[in-house]
Amino acid sequence: MFARFDDMPADFNWAVGGEAGDGIDSTGKIFAQALSRAGRHVFTSKDFASRIRGGYTAYKIRTALEPVESVVDRLDVLIALTPRTIEENLDELHPGSIIIYDGERTTMENVTIPEEMLGVDVPLKRLAEDAGGAIMRNVVALGAACAVTGFPIENLDSALDKRFSSKGTVLVENNQEAARAGQQYVDDEYAIDTPEFHLETTDADYVLLNGDQAIGMGAIAAGCRFYAGYPITPATAVMEYLTGRIERFGGHVLQAEDELSAINMALGAARAGARAMTATSGPGIDLMTETFGLVATSETPLVIVDVMRSGPSTGMPTKQEQGDLNTLLYGGHGEVPRFVVAPTTIAEAFWKTVEAFNLAERYQTPVYLVADLAMAVTEQTFPHEVFDMDAVEIDRGRLLDASEVEEWSIDGKFTPHAATDNGVSPRVLPGTPGGVHMSTGLEHDAFGRRTEDTSVRVDQVDKRQRKYDVAGETESLEVRSFGAPEAETLLLSWGSNEGAIVEALELLDEPVRFLSVPYLSPRPDLTAAVEDATQVIVVECNKTGQFADLIEHDTLQRVERINKYDGVRFKADELAAAIADRTQMEVPV
Amino acid sequence: MSTEIRFTDFKADTQPTWCPGCGDFGTMNGMMKALAETGAHPDETFIVAGIGCSGKIGSYMHAYALHGVHGRALPVGTGVKLANPELEVMVAGGDGDGFSIGAGHFVHAVRRNLDMTYIVMDNRIYGLTKGQASPTSRADFETATTPDGPQQPPVNPLALALAAGGTFIAQTFATDAKRHAEIVQAAIEHDGFGFVNVFSPCVTFNDVDTYEYFRGNLVDVADEGHDPTDYDAATSVIMDREQEYQGILWRDDSSVSYHTQHGVTTPMTEIDEGAPEGAMDLVREFY
Repeated sequence: MFARFDDMPADFNWAVGGEAGDGIDSTGKIFAQALSRAGRHVFTSKDFASRIRGGYTAYKIRTALEPVESVVDRLDVLIALTPRTIEENLDELHPGSIIIYDGERTTMENVTIPEEMLGVDVPLKRLAEDAGGAIMRNVVALGAACAVTGFPIENLDSALDKRFSSKGTVLVENNQEAARAGQQYVDDEYAIDTPEFHLETTDADYVLLNGDQAIGMGAIAAGCRFYAGYPITPATAVMEYLTGRIERFGGHVLQAEDELSAINMALGAARAGARAMTATSGPGIDLMTETFGLVATSETPLVIVDVMRSGPSTGMPTKQEQGDLNTLLYGGHGEVPRFVVAPTTIAEAFWKTVEAFNLAERYQTPVYLVADLAMAVTEQTFPHEVFDMDAVEIDRGRLLDASEVEEWSIDGKFTPHAATDNGVSPRVLPGTPGGVHMSTGLEHDAFGRRTEDTSVRVDQVDKRQRKYDVAGETESLEVRSFGAPEAETLLLSWGSNEGAIVEALELLDEPVRFLSVPYLSPRPDLTAAVEDATQVIVVECNKTGQFADLIEHDTLQRVERINKYDGVRFKADELAAAIADRTQMEVPV
Repeated sequence: MSTEIRFTDFKADTQPTWCPGCGDFGTMNGMMKALAETGAHPDETFIVAGIGCSGKIGSYMHAYALHGVHGRALPVGTGVKLANPELEVMVAGGDGDGFSIGAGHFVHAVRRNLDMTYIVMDNRIYGLTKGQASPTSRADFETATTPDGPQQPPVNPLALALAAGGTFIAQTFATDAKRHAEIVQAAIEHDGFGFVNVFSPCVTFNDVDTYEYFRGNLVDVADEGHDPTDYDAATSVIMDREQEYQGILWRDDSSVSYHTQHGVTTPMTEIDEGAPEGAMDLVREFY
């Protein structure tokens, strides 16, 4: 389907694969951590498309000295715990690839190493048993991986220490010994000379985290104190991150009985005055939609996270898709001016979470914060300065103290829905003397009292809309700009596709402009950029082009579309080929 | 508070639109009396209501309030109480709100045992939508949507609460003002989830479960020497469907509320102007 590029950046691609239950995830994570601690950039992907049948799982790492922001269709070193791991990755392996395996494992005895590749047969289980237990088999393999890449094993020691130190020094030392046994075996038995796979180290200090963790950390930084949620892939890791951490800052996490409850608990906490959040995926968003209308109508600040996965219905719960945009923009009965913010990188997930809380309180409104599976489960390195906590600013909006209540009261009654110039009303928290009021999903007057008065109805609808309009005019809504500003071809995208597109630009021969759009509602006006280009292509992970529709709606211009909905994220090389195909550029093979 | 709070301080100046004679008037009066009696203040009280005739109660009481979507009042109350444990949180709703659309939340709110109070105005009918069967309607109760009656046994909310590990289960009658108010007060003072099912007759659409019916058939367990801390005795009155009971049916004096268990005792409302102190440790964890 897509052409392949041989002049990829100087990166290295590694994977460990086997059956579910083989400890693949934790093995991959340890190696990623070791690379990060060695001052290398890392980009991981956990979920290969299973092309034959279920049960197979793999953890892939792309690493380089320069930042890496996507996955590619290439594999240099593979630790294969099963024959199927090799079969599954045949199209990514290449002449010169190294396959580490245990020829003493019954299923691997007669395994065929493809031509022109190097099989490195290491008795993983036996060496692990010698070091203290067969369970350390995968760590022996990591040691072997150090040997074939010339990677200093002290970095692996450090990662093993981080992983196992809470379980005692003996376990750490056993694992470190197991790794050395694997390294030593390869050094003794194989004369490997593969300078192209040599993994250099640097003194850089990186942190390694995934999108769900970035959202969780952003929430705590933003002063979120209450989280209610119901477990759902791929959003659960947000709740798991917060649990045990938010308590240190005076907060609380509650696992609700369902998503209906989760959003209503978060609503209650927000009405009481806490910064509150819930996170879910598409099916949960469906359940929360009725209450979303209540949150908006009662003018309650709340952050609702949608970590999108493949739908509709149960769809492919562990696969990538960006199919929820329309439901976030339009879901629910009635008309609700709504805020939708979609970070485009893992680091941005942190900052946009902080901003989502500020927007929510500044405009007294629910804010949808949108991520996707690819971002949620990917671990990526960043310089720690990227998460500068001193740069976090909190804006609680028009929150009054007791002394200001009277100014906003009429005949002793507080006006929580006063129709102000910018639509934002004064807000008091329960417990404030004299501020008593009811909040309701019924249409209401300035006092919060139910009404069906025609002019009050119009005033209140207008004032809620006005908040949105003012936000559209006054918030920066900054677009992230890449490539050549004067280029004839303009790429537009949203969500986690940014990294793959940025890398694709580097692979293309001719200049292309790329705008990555994190604000979907209210959103920046892209009319000028679209009119300046001779060709506009909108890239997104869904079938119909929901963002492309939005661009056409806003700019009254037709756009081209590149869509992917097979459950797998865009890869830089396949995307470059697709763009080259559309633009009739030469494909630099 | 410097001035003493009277129960009328909890009354809003909005005129209720409940039908004249509706049980909800008595239910609400008892709630206001109980709140005043416990020393609660309207500024520090939060009422959560759902949808239905009962759901209007937030408009008629003077306190901070949220009138939410149908069936989700208990989760809202849970969030309010956890975010600010200093607030007195009272959740009120009807039998449809609590035992039909919100039944799932009821069971889990009971077992979670937050220190809050849940008042159900049980009139055994859907009144606001003009008379359809509710989950507590009798099996042969004829309505427009159930011409032969629901032909299902009515839900026993008391038994649901008991099975879910309830720590305070009571039933009152809206017009027995004194008993109703004192039992609601006990529910408020209970350290845990205080559940009070109130017979609150619908005078317009229910001609079976009427004031007259309850007056003639209600037994007050206090008159029978019932010990509410005796689990077996509580089980037997709660499971008895041949008789209508009033009183505190079950009370677990060893109840420890969710807040105490989880150490959630400080309001979450105050936050820093930047990231909280120690936030940089979160970044360091990712080295």
